[in-house]
Amino acid sequence: MASNAAVPFWRAAGMTYITYSNICANLVRNCLKEPYKTEALTREKVHFSISKWTDGKPEKPTLRSDSPEE
Amino acid sequence: MLRRAMGLLARPIAASGARSFSTDLPAAQTADAMFVEAWNKVIPNMDPPKTPLSFMQPRPATPSSIPSKLTVNFVLPYASELATREVDMVIVPATTGQMGVLPGHVATIAELKPGVLSVHEGNETTKYFVSSGFVFIHANSFADIIAVEAAPLNQIDANLVQKGLSEFTQKLSSATTDLEKAEAQIGIDVHSALNSALTG
Repeated sequence: MASNAAVPFWRAAGMTYITYSNICANLVRNCLKEPYKTEALTREKVHFSISKWTDGKPEKPTLRSDSPEE
Repeated sequence: MLRRAMGLLARPIAASGARSFSTDLPAAQTADAMFVEAWNKVIPNMDPPKTPLSFMQPRPATPSSIPSKLTVNFVLPYASELATREVDMVIVPATTGQMGVLPGHVATIAELKPGVLSVHEGNETTKYFVSSGFVFIHANSFADIIAVEAAPLNQIDANLVQKGLSEFTQKLSSATTDLEKAEAQIGIDVHSALNSALTG
């Protein structure tokens, strides 16, 4: 099969679609007017609750929030 | 050993004939008849448990004549903006340009670029700015629009858009690696789309 024609510029620079889409979404969120902006930022926070299990019993869960690594 | 496997694989495919497109398949059944039968044979007193198939609504069949309204599902990760809303037309910002979708549109999958989505119903038009996503148009005049982030135009702050545009234009000129250039270019694209959405 022939290789795909013109790839989008972000794909050519090594970025995946998900990264591109998330960057676009963040930029749009940062351009919202005030009450909506704070709502949007709180809505997009991600929190994990991780509990390790040992001997079939769960230990105390730890909370981690989304680390800003891209 | 491998040759036998090839023979085994080839036979069922040849026997079942050409595979039909997913748009032509009849609506899937809502309960698995064989499973229910087997269950009733073994445990006649209890009701069979519901399988995921029974929770799914069958896809509405493709009508033989073009319906008068387009049914739109516009969903975001945190909310569904429009759920099976009947509208006259939607204009979606596809990467290939603004695409108007009317009832009876050919089945299409399109990727969206940052831009304005407008929903036309009667005399009213509702406009949203969509960050990116996809639109799936089915043969039965159902359109599914999925986006990561969308906002009505009146929630966008023009000053922040201008600031962002100048900031990213500057970043593009000072960018060194390919990745930085791509990020700056994305910033410029999104902010200029926001700008033209607010002014246009």
